[in-house]
Amino acid sequence: MAAFLLSRFLQSAILLVIVSIIGFTVLNLMPGGPLSQYALDPGMTQEDMARITEQLGLNRPLYVQYFDWAWGLLQGDWGNSFRDGRPVTAVIARHVPATLLLMGSSSVIAVALGTWIGIRGATHRYSGFDYMATVGAMIALSIPTFWFGLIGIYVFALRLDWLPAGNMYTIGDGSVLNYLHHLILPSVVLALVHIAIWSRFMRGATLDAISQEFVKTARAKGVSERRVVMKHVVGNALLPMITLAGVQIPSLLTGALVTETVFTWPGMGRLFLDSLGYSDYPVVMGLLMFSAMLTIVANLVADITVALVDPRIRLA
Amino acid sequence: MTSTKKTGSGLTRRQTLRMMAAGGAIGMVAPNLLGKPAFAQTPPSEPTGRIVVGLSQEPTVFNPLMPHIETDDGVAFSLFDALFRITPDGEIVPNLATEVPTIDNGGLSEDGLEWRIKLRDDVKWHDGEPFTAEDVKFTLELIVDPDFRAWRTTGHDLVRDIEVVSPTEIKWRMEEPFAPYLSFLTETFILPEHILGQAEDPNEAPFNQAPVGTGAFKWDSRQPGDNLSLVANPDYHGDGPYIEQLVFKYIPDMTVLYTQFRSGEIDLVGQAYITPDNYEEAKGLDGRVVTLVPRGTLESIYLNQALPVFQDKAVREALYYAIDRQSIIDILYFGVPKPAETFMPETSAYYNPDLPEQEFDLDKARSILDEAGWVPGSDGIREKDGMRLTFSNSTTTGAHLREQTQQFLQQTFAEIGAEMTIENLPPAVMWGDFWGQSQFESTMVGITYLIGSDPDVTNRFHSKAIAAKNGSGSNNAQYSNPKVDELLEEGAQTFDVERRKEIYKEVQAIIRDDLPFLPLFRYTNVYGRKEGLEGFEPNPNTRTESSHAALWYWG
Repeated sequence: MAAFLLSRFLQSAILLVIVSIIGFTVLNLMPGGPLSQYALDPGMTQEDMARITEQLGLNRPLYVQYFDWAWGLLQGDWGNSFRDGRPVTAVIARHVPATLLLMGSSSVIAVALGTWIGIRGATHRYSGFDYMATVGAMIALSIPTFWFGLIGIYVFALRLDWLPAGNMYTIGDGSVLNYLHHLILPSVVLALVHIAIWSRFMRGATLDAISQEFVKTARAKGVSERRVVMKHVVGNALLPMITLAGVQIPSLLTGALVTETVFTWPGMGRLFLDSLGYSDYPVVMGLLMFSAMLTIVANLVADITVALVDPRIRLA
Repeated sequence: MTSTKKTGSGLTRRQTLRMMAAGGAIGMVAPNLLGKPAFAQTPPSEPTGRIVVGLSQEPTVFNPLMPHIETDDGVAFSLFDALFRITPDGEIVPNLATEVPTIDNGGLSEDGLEWRIKLRDDVKWHDGEPFTAEDVKFTLELIVDPDFRAWRTTGHDLVRDIEVVSPTEIKWRMEEPFAPYLSFLTETFILPEHILGQAEDPNEAPFNQAPVGTGAFKWDSRQPGDNLSLVANPDYHGDGPYIEQLVFKYIPDMTVLYTQFRSGEIDLVGQAYITPDNYEEAKGLDGRVVTLVPRGTLESIYLNQALPVFQDKAVREALYYAIDRQSIIDILYFGVPKPAETFMPETSAYYNPDLPEQEFDLDKARSILDEAGWVPGSDGIREKDGMRLTFSNSTTTGAHLREQTQQFLQQTFAEIGAEMTIENLPPAVMWGDFWGQSQFESTMVGITYLIGSDPDVTNRFHSKAIAAKNGSGSNNAQYSNPKVDELLEEGAQTFDVERRKEIYKEVQAIIRDDLPFLPLFRYTNVYGRKEGLEGFEPNPNTRTESSHAALWYWG
């Protein structure tokens, strides 16, 4: 176990260095840069632009900027945002709760519904329900999230006036109920695609489990079908789901980008888009590293969990 | 939901008198006969209610001396004061100063080099400290401090020998006369010396995240990525504020912003946030007031004068004749903007109304090119001295109305034998060296030429302002005309308004004749607000619709 952890740690460190070099280079090689937003200002001269460029250290060679940034990162200094001057860690931290809230609620919906649909689809293979679930999943996966979001806003906010058109809360009303009210539409929209993914995976995993010998044995012993499914099939089918969660959770954190934009949700996805739009290099790099670390950690946790749950798998 | 509380009947004696004067005695007896209760037109005696302003960009810079964009201005105007302000009709009025310095009142020396400003003695910072001339001195010195990450320094770099005469009087000397400086000072917000002066590094000071000003509103809170809240400053020295809370709500997607305006989540949208294609629908919304507001920005085809093909005036003239401007406005822009012939806004006192009006006349365009020796080649594209009449046009990708306009122009230009190719770029690329160092052939771009209301355009049209030729400024079209240079130099050193009007009208006439850019239209923005939001008055001389939030109230 110790050898496994050490090897994974080294692999992760190398991966992070590669991600950071590629990210930093690509970002900084894009023409324009963080000062281009001032280009049309009537009083802004090229001298002013050059002065600010120098003050921000953007005129130094790229490798110097990279080593400076990486050295800071190793010491816990992720740099300051170009846009508002605050430390990158503080900027990201202020956006994490909104994303966690959205991600948490949509994950609960997606896992619960996806798992149920998947199991039911597999146990009632080729039934009307199974076909409907398959078609539904294809639709959810093929149609862009922003379209669902806009339709949701049009129907439930503008036409029916049941739900708010966006925002995390109504300004002036910070009650839990108000937050929940605002959470419904974006979390359902974000969950749609994940329900589809979870249900397809769960259906496949369940079908695999159903065909195993021990299931047939259980049935031969006269165990009730409900008990077979709940005890033998679902338990084994859930194993691959842990791996899926290891991939899905980090992608949910940063992948709520479109949903956050449509519903004006102040989370990390939108922070990433904004920071990219303004070429706020330190924040974009911070989010990139945060996301990479999260992916690595989530996968590691998933691997360990699978090994702990399934005695057939050994970490070495 | 946004509060829309009415003032109620708690009127002071003075308000009652004002109401009677405004509405007449009938208003007291039967106020509804006036269409609206008379008291509704009077600001409340105490700050009441909340107004939520929708923005498509997020305010992030709260030290107004640091590099910022127009969205940050809305916050700055509410938190801070400048020495002067500009009214919607372009008049400069005192703000922290008690009078506007002129040669007549002794505030300016005859040669325009000595400035003496008298300040109010009743102004307090939001933390209760008194505002003094030391704050003004500190601010002007901070802008040119080489270690400070200042925004633009034009004009400020000419200030020398600042002297605090008394807590309510300050004077300085200018290195050379610079008439636009008065206008620049209307956008120079004064910062507190007693806070920022003590900071180890003003670039990193906590002040920049929780500013203290003298303005009508005080800093309340900020939720990054979502909203920014200011609250009324009860000790404000000027009129207002009449609302308790002013919230700037950030909604990055313009369709979503408009949707939230429709659904009532936000009370006011300004600038370009209701797109022209939504104008017709927006006008019909219940409980909303939607108006067209002309802005100072001019949309044009910018021609790089360094390109040999554009050095021939006949080409520039012919292209201008080949633009069906009215169709572009009517069809693509839903009739919202108005055609224009000059960079100077029509609302400016320096506007020249006598410029020739553009005509769409393809035959005329062809005959100009024929006379100039541009002969159609085998593929229909004209040539002259081995040079083909071909050029590229660039704008920012994703600006769909501009992209449609480009395609439309491409067709009409082809009809006179001119080939225009379209090479659009993402904004971050477009506004880098491509624009700054004049690497484009032609662009389609909306530009504001003036700072505040001053007509000085040296930065855009003086031949010494061509950055691509190591000049100081942003003359990106690389325009050069010795007569214009001469007039601009005279204009910047002239304090007599009448003489300046002559100068800048002549500048406009020459530029209209030279056509370094082909004017399309003046920006007209669709503003929307909830019915009952009173005291709102757009100001084309500022970059933000929130420049006077102190006077807003719910009627």
